[in-house]
Amino acid sequence: MSLLEIENLSLSIGDTPILKGVELAVAPGEVMGLVGESGSGKSMTALAVMRLMPFAARASGRVAFDGIDILAASEDQMCALRGDDIGMVFQEPMTALNPVKTIGEQVAEGIRWHTKASRAEAEEQARKILDRVGLPSAKFPLSRYPHELSGGQRQRVVIAIACALKPKLLIADEPTTALDVVLQAQILDLLRDLVAENRMGLLLISHDLAVVTAMADKITIMRHGEVMEAGDTARTLSGQLHPYTRQLAQASMHVPARPRPHTAGSARPLLQVDGVTRDYPGRRSSLFRRAAPIRAVDDVSLSIEPGQSVALVGRSGCGKSTLARMILALDKSTSGTIRFSGETITGRSEAELKPARRDMQVVFQDPYGSFDPRQKVEKLVAEPLHVLDKKPANAERRELVAHALHEVGLGPRDMDKYPHEFSGGQRQRLSIARAIITRPKLVVADEPVSALDVSIRAQILDLFAELNQKLGIAYLFITHDLTVARAITDEVLVMHEGRIVERGKTGAVLDHPQSEAARALVRAAPDLHRAIARRLQEQG
Amino acid sequence: MSAYLLKRLIIAAATLVLASMVVFAVLEIIPGDPARLMLGMNASAEQVEVLRNQMGLNAPLALRYLHWAGGLLSLDFGRSYTYSVPVIDLVRERVVVSLPLALIALALSTAIAIPVGLFSASRRGRAGDAIAMGVAQFGVAVPNFWFALMLIYLFAVWLRLVPAGGFPGWGAGAWPALKSLLLPAVALALPQAAILARVARSALIEVLNEDYIRTARAKGMPYRAVLWRHALRNAMIPVLTILGLQFAFLLAGTIIIENVFYLPGLGRLLFQAITQRDLIVVESVVMLLVAAVIAVNLLVDLSYAVVDPRLRSRQ
Amino acid sequence: MTLHVDIPEETLAGILAKAFRNRSFLVGFVITALVGAVAVLSYAWTPYDVTRLVISDKTLAPSWAHWFGTDHFGRDILSMIMVGARNSIAVALVAVGIGMGVGVPLGAFAAARGGLADEALMRLNDLVFAFPALLSAIMITAIFGPGAINAIIAIGIFNIPVFARVARAGALAIWPREFILAARAAGKGPTLITIEHILPNIATLLLVQGTIQFALGILAEAGLSYVGLGAQPPMPSWGRMLFDAQTRMVVAPWMAIFPGMAIAVTVLGLNLLGDGIADILDPKSRRQR
Repeated sequence: MSLLEIENLSLSIGDTPILKGVELAVAPGEVMGLVGESGSGKSMTALAVMRLMPFAARASGRVAFDGIDILAASEDQMCALRGDDIGMVFQEPMTALNPVKTIGEQVAEGIRWHTKASRAEAEEQARKILDRVGLPSAKFPLSRYPHELSGGQRQRVVIAIACALKPKLLIADEPTTALDVVLQAQILDLLRDLVAENRMGLLLISHDLAVVTAMADKITIMRHGEVMEAGDTARTLSGQLHPYTRQLAQASMHVPARPRPHTAGSARPLLQVDGVTRDYPGRRSSLFRRAAPIRAVDDVSLSIEPGQSVALVGRSGCGKSTLARMILALDKSTSGTIRFSGETITGRSEAELKPARRDMQVVFQDPYGSFDPRQKVEKLVAEPLHVLDKKPANAERRELVAHALHEVGLGPRDMDKYPHEFSGGQRQRLSIARAIITRPKLVVADEPVSALDVSIRAQILDLFAELNQKLGIAYLFITHDLTVARAITDEVLVMHEGRIVERGKTGAVLDHPQSEAARALVRAAPDLHRAIARRLQEQG
Repeated sequence: MSAYLLKRLIIAAATLVLASMVVFAVLEIIPGDPARLMLGMNASAEQVEVLRNQMGLNAPLALRYLHWAGGLLSLDFGRSYTYSVPVIDLVRERVVVSLPLALIALALSTAIAIPVGLFSASRRGRAGDAIAMGVAQFGVAVPNFWFALMLIYLFAVWLRLVPAGGFPGWGAGAWPALKSLLLPAVALALPQAAILARVARSALIEVLNEDYIRTARAKGMPYRAVLWRHALRNAMIPVLTILGLQFAFLLAGTIIIENVFYLPGLGRLLFQAITQRDLIVVESVVMLLVAAVIAVNLLVDLSYAVVDPRLRSRQ
Repeated sequence: MTLHVDIPEETLAGILAKAFRNRSFLVGFVITALVGAVAVLSYAWTPYDVTRLVISDKTLAPSWAHWFGTDHFGRDILSMIMVGARNSIAVALVAVGIGMGVGVPLGAFAAARGGLADEALMRLNDLVFAFPALLSAIMITAIFGPGAINAIIAIGIFNIPVFARVARAGALAIWPREFILAARAAGKGPTLITIEHILPNIATLLLVQGTIQFALGILAEAGLSYVGLGAQPPMPSWGRMLFDAQTRMVVAPWMAIFPGMAIAVTVLGLNLLGDGIADILDPKSRRQR
């Protein structure tokens, strides 16, 4: 018998249908992966199981947990289930904990609520589960506050809260999406062990096919609120019978065509970074004392040739974004020099930087945050024209914008729209249009596809590849995602704790990493090919 | 002590010093010679000059400021031009009216506002919430001194439950004194409570949308319990901010309300001093009130640290 | 579940359609427009002349001839309220203008520069906040003597740090956004970025704060003229009318009731208008619904 059974679940908010006839079942001790792109309704399905949907949501169909009809249960019954028999882990560890309560209070609270244990007993139990999730008492006493913990550690606390009473079912909604790959691997390992130890059922929700494949016995694929395909993970993904499953799998592994890869050793370098260091002043510990400065970037040197595509990979907080900002002259280096097209750009005034700014553009991660919502596309895409010595007249400006839009696959009519009228993928196209309007020689792209769904991501990577081939633009891709690095770059630089610890041809470094940091990254990176192969072995 | 607390203390002290300079500067630019004012128009130039020397009016500016500020610190505010008694004595007998009034009003408005805010937030969008917030919307719009007049009309003129004004003094026992402060305190408190209740409600609703509320709900705690245990404390931060800002309004309100009820408080003293051009009294009372505002804001800053552990940490 | 918190730009038609469905906006707008219209009308016509004293008609109760009754000099209360609206609106409006005109550039500048300039501004704010408008008015009166200008200056000074704070907080929330980085990468300096990107994005915030300060200004002006620090007689003002009413509560309560209601209704209208604007334009409140 199934632990959780969802039959014909439909849900709508107002007149908008969110879920349409969803079917899903989780057996005791089973790991069910729920995969889908944004808007597929996978999170809403989880919230419906907890009955924590928004107030306005109306649900029909049947959700049965351990014989209890969830949709018909009283609120008291639900409170008894939540946290005791069903635990839930959320996506955003930075905001999932109450900032004004200690981690001990927050873990013990649920225990006391359900078991009526005394404070001392509950705290003892909280201590045990925190030890179990990898937060030992020596470094993480119960009296710690959430702000004293990193994102990965906070997610461990959230897992401790969810698993404190050994629930029969654990729901994990994108539990590792906000974490870097190494942390992701650690948290997934922890979840896998906890589930095995206590024979919990796990409903793992993710947009990442590789993560789910590595974790789940069974898989359910959703799109637009409907289940597309469901079954054993190995069979579903190796067979790829359903067209949408095939589309997802192929997009996840997509490598854009670049018929003429860059050949190294050509002319003088386009970008030359020599011994660059960046210190941030330490936090004030009192009015007169400061902690030692924090070295975000430590004696980094690198060079990029014209037309070359280079990836800068590393864990979050390793200094890669700081380095990118210094290259873009948006941040000052503490020491070292950066030369672009032979001209030194470190320590230059804004006026002196104009030629460099013209030849060097940027694409950011967040397709929602990178446009001023109050301006129209024409103005937004034309913004870099500000650095031209001779500002183009209105008609010429429209011409240039139209051309740039055309190059990224958008039409001239899009010029008079506001950014909110575009989808995430289209906005990233707009970002790229803005970056290429001055015909730059180098584009620095900071995690340009990590906020996008896989199918959109594949299209944007194709666009990057095409522009590299057609316009000869060199790229510096900053990413934590090795699949992106592999798909589109010639060379890889691995950054760790402010230093560049390894560099070389992309394939060589990713297949045979030499440094410890690079090995850790490669080991932790989810890989769909490997995951399917392993699944096939296990499930036969 | 954490860096945060030390910084707030230093800022409060610096603000106090700056504020005293402003007040002193105003005293300086005011036309008219205090010595001449005290002696009257018939006094000779020599007499005035002697008094000016006695009062230290001929010393250099910086020295005079230091003398004045030093006096403030030792509670020596100088002598009233009109009453010829130390200002501190005047202030002392007035403070015992104004301070209890302000404190009662503050306590009353908080005691009304927080439960109403909680009530409204927990019944958001329902009839109870709509009625409470409708009343609050009116409460915010009503000027407190007009509200006071209406209260007098209703309770003192019509129903004859309380005196229409005046103050028997604490010597006559606590109850008659409190009774005469009751109506003014209500008049001050209700409009403030309306503002505070609106802030408390919206702060609570904002907090209830946070991720950690969902985490708490996923633990199996009912909505009410989550509201009390998780939302209330986080919502206190904006509420405290408004409470601090409101204290300034409350003080100003006290000054005006005292005139409505003929209470012999600092407000009455201030207005009498203005009409009599008794500048040293005006300056002293203004300085006292400014110091009170700064002190309360410091208190608010310190209570942030009690509520929010992020401000307590030494890092 | 991912929620994108952005500032959706909308067409004017969309905003108007939403405005017409928003009850507080509609009610607030109607009241505010009405008060404004009455103030304008009072220049051309009032039921009675407010400068003529008719002692024989003193303290008449409300009637068909005098809807709101007459005061102790026999002046028509309704006419005085109409003329008083002029004074209230003018003082509050100019005070908001002073607050915005000085405060917003200061706040935006502090946010753009950061560091010492920012710290200095915040400390200056603390200083001004320590003087409630009433105390400023008292000090200004002590120097220059009483008058309507004092009220404007005192309330205006108090508005400056309010707007500086709102502008600064709004700007600080916009500065770290990626579109600002993009503008910087395009070689634009802090001033240009503030004008092109920051100010348009905090305009809503400022508008809402503007209506709140307008309402507070009306309340403050009434308070100041009530204690004799604002407009001086014979210029009718709502606060002064209440002062005159105070000693005559027993014989002529209408002298107190109607001017007070005028203040309350005006402030209510402005507050509703502000709430409505915030509701319509603030994406956060929309997300909650």
